[in-house]
Amino acid sequence: MISFELNGDKVTYEGDPNMPLLWYVRDELNLTGSKFGCGVGMCGACTMHLNGQPVRSCSTPMAAANGARVTTIEGLNSEAAVAIQQAWQKLDVVQCGYCQSGQVMSATALLENNKQPNDQDIDMAMQGNICRCATYHRIRAAIHEASDTLAKEVS
Amino acid sequence: MKMAQAQNDNSVVATPELSRRQFLKVSAISGVGFSIGLSFSHAASAEAQQPSAMGHFIKIAKDNSITVVIKHLDKGQGVTTGLTAIVAEEMNADWAQMRWEFAPADAQRYNNLFWGPYQGTGGSTSIANSWMQLRQAGAAAKAMLIAAAAKQWAVAESEVVAENGQLTAAGRKATYGDMAEAAALIAPPEKPTLKTPEEFTLVGKSVPRIDSKEKSTGKANYTIDVRLPGMLVAAIARPDKFGATLKSVNSDKARAVAGVESVITTPRGVAVIAKNHWAARQGKQALTIEWDDSQAETRSSTQLWSDFKALAETDGAVARNDGDFAKAIAEAAQTVELEFEFPYLSHATMEPMNCVVDLQKDACHIYTGSQIPGIDQYVASQVTGLPVEKVFVHTQFAGGSFGRRAVPDSDFVMDAVVIAKAINGAAPICMQWSREDDIKAGRYRPMAFHKFRAAIDQQNGISGWHHRIVSQSILRGTPFEGLITGPLDFAIAEGGANLPYQIPNFKFDGHEAKAGVPVLWWRSVGHSHNAYATEVFFDEVAHAAGQDPAALRQQLLKEHPRHLAVLNKVLAESNWGSALPAGTGLGVAVHESFASFVAQVAQVKVNDDKSYQVEKVWCAVDCGVAVTPDVIVAQMEGGIGYGLSAILGEAITLDGGKVVQNNFYDYTPLRINQMPDIKVFIMPSDVAPTGVGEPGTPPIGPAVANAIRSVTGKAVTKLPIGNRLV
Ligand code: FES
Ligand code: FES
Repeated sequence: MISFELNGDKVTYEGDPNMPLLWYVRDELNLTGSKFGCGVGMCGACTMHLNGQPVRSCSTPMAAANGARVTTIEGLNSEAAVAIQQAWQKLDVVQCGYCQSGQVMSATALLENNKQPNDQDIDMAMQGNICRCATYHRIRAAIHEASDTLAKEVS
Repeated sequence: MKMAQAQNDNSVVATPELSRRQFLKVSAISGVGFSIGLSFSHAASAEAQQPSAMGHFIKIAKDNSITVVIKHLDKGQGVTTGLTAIVAEEMNADWAQMRWEFAPADAQRYNNLFWGPYQGTGGSTSIANSWMQLRQAGAAAKAMLIAAAAKQWAVAESEVVAENGQLTAAGRKATYGDMAEAAALIAPPEKPTLKTPEEFTLVGKSVPRIDSKEKSTGKANYTIDVRLPGMLVAAIARPDKFGATLKSVNSDKARAVAGVESVITTPRGVAVIAKNHWAARQGKQALTIEWDDSQAETRSSTQLWSDFKALAETDGAVARNDGDFAKAIAEAAQTVELEFEFPYLSHATMEPMNCVVDLQKDACHIYTGSQIPGIDQYVASQVTGLPVEKVFVHTQFAGGSFGRRAVPDSDFVMDAVVIAKAINGAAPICMQWSREDDIKAGRYRPMAFHKFRAAIDQQNGISGWHHRIVSQSILRGTPFEGLITGPLDFAIAEGGANLPYQIPNFKFDGHEAKAGVPVLWWRSVGHSHNAYATEVFFDEVAHAAGQDPAALRQQLLKEHPRHLAVLNKVLAESNWGSALPAGTGLGVAVHESFASFVAQVAQVKVNDDKSYQVEKVWCAVDCGVAVTPDVIVAQMEGGIGYGLSAILGEAITLDGGKVVQNNFYDYTPLRINQMPDIKVFIMPSDVAPTGVGEPGTPPIGPAVANAIRSVTGKAVTKLPIGNRLV
């Protein structure tokens, strides 16, 4: 049996340990914020946090979640997450929006680990997230915006 | 919960019950002017008075929310915001009271006014065709609210002020919602008075996007998120070559996969139906299939190129012929020649194509994001045998489209309906393509071969220009074929045959090459390659003539003030002509598409190892009245990113008829580290608004290539460019 914490709740799972975390969360828990884009870890649409680190849930087998702390976009509530989502709305980052759960998850993880990322840090952290609508320009600006907000809250 | 959301078509009406019971409906009919009906479900007699062919666009609920019915698909281009803003503007509504919902498939009410009797989204027409329609609807609704208030309060209409969703007069006050019921009984004005541009408070100002919150919190629903009771998931194995058919299948292993319910063969492939996506995907992988290739396209890309090039040696269908090109060549001081190769491109939308079908005994419900729901309705009716009126399309947010969801034969919707039919509607089906299915399914931007020849005269002017193209027709053989008027599909010629430069001897001809690869419109369609080819060749000719490419453009665009204005704007903003660091260059391109004018300057740095970086882009756009300026800026940024993505790294190639690419590791879209800094300038205008979804894409490729050329002296004629210059 596999058991772990998902968005603060304890969950248990007894099926195929190779099933990707993405499909468990979407199909069995009906949390649909995390998206399917490629299924091979190349686009980031499925990004979740596993013990605070961003992972591609389409390529993370259930077995790897055992004993872990998993957060999906539905369970995001850190200070960094709030700043990111507010910046996303303030700058109207989204277009079709399909990639954006994953973008928000990656950007939040970045700010949780590095409150003042420079452009290179952003490139490194966000390169795994494709946006076919190419909202990259605003993603970068919104991460800087959120980082400024966090800096102001601290001082 | 999910289910209710899905059935509400992403409507964000706070209290659907309330709004359904009591609202005012206002509608406009194209060409005929204006028509209004009321629609209280309890006021049966009034309901019966409604003209049948009425469009319904505005619903005012008692809680003072105003819902705009959006007749277009929102695939990221922001129409939900733009169309809602137009209504809010004319109604003097408060932005906070505005809501929206997608319209059902109903071409009588919700046709695209530029497409005649068809409902649909494409060609960057959403705002343009809705502009007057929704202004009139909004203005009429406001007039009726004012009239109702005047009557109730026994004051003159001129004394009633309608502002911020409130009506006031002589110390009395009511919300629009309070007055909606009474307003519905007022006769609609024949010719509602529209606001003047000076009176606009929302149009032209940047209203916040109406879908930002749900899309940045994971709450927005797409087709993949639709949940229906008892729904099963289907994965479909389709032929590995275009035109191949099923020879044999062994599905024993697939059936043994836990969670797989059944395996069925359909005319379109083998479908594995399962309890969830994982089981369906596993089951599909376990199939052993043999395809019959006898009718299939089996050529490789190399063969297609040589076939295209051979065609280019012969005269094509002439789409334009000014002056005497042969004479210009004979008298030329110098001639310039160049050839270009453009590959097939996949739309590769972020959400791989999918569709949910709930086939019931007497109705078929389709949940998907489609640009032409009427075609889906028709196709589903053909497959199921149900009448068209019994097919209901529930539009969902689309995870990107770029043209992919406007398919003349409804390919992915057909896959889903065929599966639902094969199991006789035993369960609702969510048919989901994998990324690999999506990449390999065809419907590509056609590959194109361009061949140019230009004449330069004794005065170093361009005296002759011959452009020949070989590409596949998008429209031929589809229900849209009738739209082709000339000898050549305009989707091949657009943006090339109508080159605006003043050149006395001009010839454009082309061939519609035949290939078994299905092709489709891809963001900006023919402009996507014609802008590149013409603007890069223009620089080649300018350099040969010893002229500055920007100055020569200015000189030859004198009769085209809108081209010239956007061009001059980006030249000024980019400091064209000023000194740049070594290895860095600027390139410019200007192009009209979908009645909007865009010029771009790109700054590119070329490194010693032939790697390069697109650093900055300046973009000026003239799209008439800027309805929602920030959405326009976003569309320019996105259009630039999409075009850049293609020229830097995208190509679909064939090997023995099989698509070589699979997923994002070998079909490689732009990533954040490749995105340049972009500055967008919107030209002030009082001309009616035109599209912005596509026009940002065509100029970026040539602007980048011309910047590279300014450093290396070599035109980039083969796409994609790749990580390093050759
Ligand atoms: S779906 Fe997981 S990385 Fe693309
Ligand atoms: S917003 Fe459409 S893919 Fe990113």
